[in-house]
Amino acid sequence: MKKTKSATLERKKEIITALEDFGLNLYEQMEKGVFPSIKMPSRSIENIHYSSDLRQYVLGERAVRRSARNIRHIRPFTQLVWAAYFAHELAKHRKTSTLRDVYYSAQAYNMSFKDQPESNNIITDLETVSGFAREDFNVFPEERSAIFGDLTIEYTVPGYEGKQLNLTSHPDGVMIGPALTSAEFAKTGADKVIAIEKGGLFTRFVEEQVHKKFNALLVLTAGQAPRATRHFIHRLNKELNLPVSIFTDGDPWGMHIAMVIISGSANAAHLRGLATPDAKWSGVWASDIVEYKLPSDPLTDIDVKRLYELQKDPRYEGKLWQKEAKKFLKIRKKAEQEAFSRYGLTYIVDEYLPAKLEAFEKS
Amino acid sequence: MFKRFLGAHPENDKRKTKSNHSIYHVVSRGDGWAVVQSFEQISAADFFYRNRDLAGFTNPTRAIFSSLRELVENSLDAADQSGIPSDVYIRLSYDHERVVKEADEVKSKDENLFDNDVNSSEPKVYRLRVADNGSGVPARHIPSAFGQVLFGSKYKLKQARGTFGLGGTMALLYGQITTHKPAFVVSSTGGARIYMYKLVVDIQRNRPIIMDRKLLLNKEGWRGTIVEFSLEGDYAKAMSRILEYLKQTALVNPYANITFIDPKGRLYRFSRVTTKMPPPPKETKPHPYGIDVETIQRLIRITPCRNMIDFMRNHFHRVGEKTAHNFLESAGIGKTRTPKRLSQEGIVRLVKMMKRFRAFLPPDASCLSPIGEELLKAGILKELKPEFIAICQRQPSTYSGHPFIVEAAIAYGGEIQGKNDIVLYRFANRIPLLYDEASDVSWRIIKRINWRRYKVTTGMPIAILVHICSTKVPYKTVGKEFIADRPEVKREILNGIREAARQLQHFLTKREHVEKERRRLSTFSKYLPKIARFSTELAGKEKAPNIKKLLSSVRKYEEN
Ligand SMILES: Nc1ncnc2c1ncn2[C@@H]1O[C@H](COP(=O)(O)OP(=O)(O)OP(=O)(O)O)[C@@H](O)[C@H]1O
Ligand SMILES: [Mg+2]
Repeated sequence: MKKTKSATLERKKEIITALEDFGLNLYEQMEKGVFPSIKMPSRSIENIHYSSDLRQYVLGERAVRRSARNIRHIRPFTQLVWAAYFAHELAKHRKTSTLRDVYYSAQAYNMSFKDQPESNNIITDLETVSGFAREDFNVFPEERSAIFGDLTIEYTVPGYEGKQLNLTSHPDGVMIGPALTSAEFAKTGADKVIAIEKGGLFTRFVEEQVHKKFNALLVLTAGQAPRATRHFIHRLNKELNLPVSIFTDGDPWGMHIAMVIISGSANAAHLRGLATPDAKWSGVWASDIVEYKLPSDPLTDIDVKRLYELQKDPRYEGKLWQKEAKKFLKIRKKAEQEAFSRYGLTYIVDEYLPAKLEAFEKS
Repeated sequence: MFKRFLGAHPENDKRKTKSNHSIYHVVSRGDGWAVVQSFEQISAADFFYRNRDLAGFTNPTRAIFSSLRELVENSLDAADQSGIPSDVYIRLSYDHERVVKEADEVKSKDENLFDNDVNSSEPKVYRLRVADNGSGVPARHIPSAFGQVLFGSKYKLKQARGTFGLGGTMALLYGQITTHKPAFVVSSTGGARIYMYKLVVDIQRNRPIIMDRKLLLNKEGWRGTIVEFSLEGDYAKAMSRILEYLKQTALVNPYANITFIDPKGRLYRFSRVTTKMPPPPKETKPHPYGIDVETIQRLIRITPCRNMIDFMRNHFHRVGEKTAHNFLESAGIGKTRTPKRLSQEGIVRLVKMMKRFRAFLPPDASCLSPIGEELLKAGILKELKPEFIAICQRQPSTYSGHPFIVEAAIAYGGEIQGKNDIVLYRFANRIPLLYDEASDVSWRIIKRINWRRYKVTTGMPIAILVHICSTKVPYKTVGKEFIADRPEVKREILNGIREAARQLQHFLTKREHVEKERRRLSTFSKYLPKIARFSTELAGKEKAPNIKKLLSSVRKYEEN
């Protein structure tokens, strides 16, 4: 595991260099007496394609040019340069920030953004020109999810360098925040990862010792998984070779939470390392609702509409996805993860989970 | 046919039996009795006394407004006449004498009687005094000028504010019937004497009755006229109109000093900004296109000419030797015929041919006195204080043989307030027209223009001014409040406003451009230095790149 350690530090260095090069390029253009400009891949919808090789969305060939010569570009251009400068400061001083924080920090440089979306968009521009995710620049989202299980990590954040922590040390789980995201993996006894959509079930699993019984790391996605969490799952899968299974509510929205962890989203087509193509959606499936006779609710019109959309989505080409989408539409029912409580509090852990994990191993 | 006749029958039309013109009839009643209606004739003064609405004396509010404006307009005319910039002094006060008398009668102990609040609105008795530095009235004409309606010096073919020989006398007549007091007129033409008259109008006879007459020695060589009389009115209600009237009058007469002291003793002063006056109008002869049978008959009666060529040349506007020949030839009228020998049919034919003949020259504008671009600009600047003024003076034109000139202006920005509706100022022969705006031809024209074409949007601070001057302004009433829809006049007004609107559009477009360019430059000079600064920091350089050249290149690029 020594290898990963240097990899994290290496990456930090790469990022700093990339930002400095970006600045130098602009500097030299101005020295030559020309208006600085940059070229970057276009993020317009026409330029987002699904790559079946990479099993995620990617950006196509199209590029856009931003020039300080253009009156409509100069403001976002300046904001982008500032964002690069700000990210460089964060990296240099090993500080972290959030999107909200970036929005406010700009004001200190007399660089006010009109609103949060504008500043978020500039950060995405920075991701696109540099090819690094904002988490790499130490800019983290507000929402936070958690992890629990037998994994020992080693911090790299200032003041904690070299300190280790076992992620079973707190029963609520450990928050997947900046410190954990940048930590290195020291050792683990787990042989799988179970991602869970809802906090209630996550707590139940901890109480029921699922991590021990199934030798698993439990990750709470808390609804749609934040990018830091998706990146973290990606690392668990890639760096530790752990298979990942995902449990969500049995409805189109739960389905899609699993899908974004697996194949990523179109919004992040310019980035790599957020998707985990080998992860599996393990339930709750439409067929589970029938098989386990789960208490259910009828699908709403919006649910149905969403299902039709998903059926056409290139990420949903796989057999399982098509089958389950069809099944939802057939039975016109949906069920939450908590529906298993009908058979007693431990049923989901004693009966359902083993069956599902067994099926997963076989697949 | 018979039915229609019945329709016009006085018995079937109550309005007609009421009016005292000469409707008379013997009515047969079912029982065989016949009633003979009485006939009478009334004087012009009596007619206007009965129909004072026609002249703008509808109610106490309107009456006080109309009295003031009629006298002010006479004063302005008199000054124009003498070619000296006007000084008009107007004082409106409570008629104390009257109040005291009434107070005695009711033995009121109210101490605050004189502290009448002008804001409490009810008709009161006022004393109006208007003094000017105009031409003065020749002594022998003073009584008739002010004590007889349809008597005046402005029936000539030459532009003036007054036209009907009615306004001033109507004001005095109104004062007389509401207060039963005589009026005072003091005037001098600058000679050795000043004449002072105390008079009332004999309404039934339309004649002045002189109650007193004094002669004063004019040691200082004063010239001008002072009129003072009492009248009932409602100043509280009329105040805003009166002030608006004076302001607009000052606007189109920027060479006039107008002073107004209102009943509360408040002083309003509209000072001249120039002593330059529009060139005075010259009196003209009638134009052949505007002629009628009656006019020809009068001309024939007085003409010394012995043949038709001379007759045409001497009595008509812009008819020379050649035109006279051509006309008479094409009309088939003998050139050597003696005018006085023309038969009635011959006169009717002459008028008909005159209207039909295409080659008469259009009337020239020497009888008109438009304000002119320079003075109009000065007036607008002084009273409206806008940021921008567009003015269009149209070429002289004619309707039914009457020459007229339209001047249109648009003022924008500055102290002009943005309103939801367009603000229109209407003027005719340098008189502001305040009432019945919606009936005016200009108003309708403005409503029909697509203002967005000229970049004008609702709420924009703009005011539109339309001035028409003519020997015969096509007023719809003797109250001089609004202009009738004559197609020729309409076209000129429309074109005038359009031209001014185009100028405004240019101005707005140019300003938009300048504003856009200013914003553009400020955007560059705001952001480029920042790009330089952050790039320098990122690159780890000591010195920022020189961006001065880049900044100046943006500017240069836009200038050409
Ligand atoms: N202030 C004055 N100075 C000199 N002449 C005056 C003055 N006021 C009135 N007059 C003379 O008295 C005449 C009658 O005035 P009046 O106002 O009744 O009629 P008008 O001005 O001719 O026409 P209108 O009815 O249109 O006002 C005028 O034509 C003018 O000759
Ligand atoms: Mg008059």
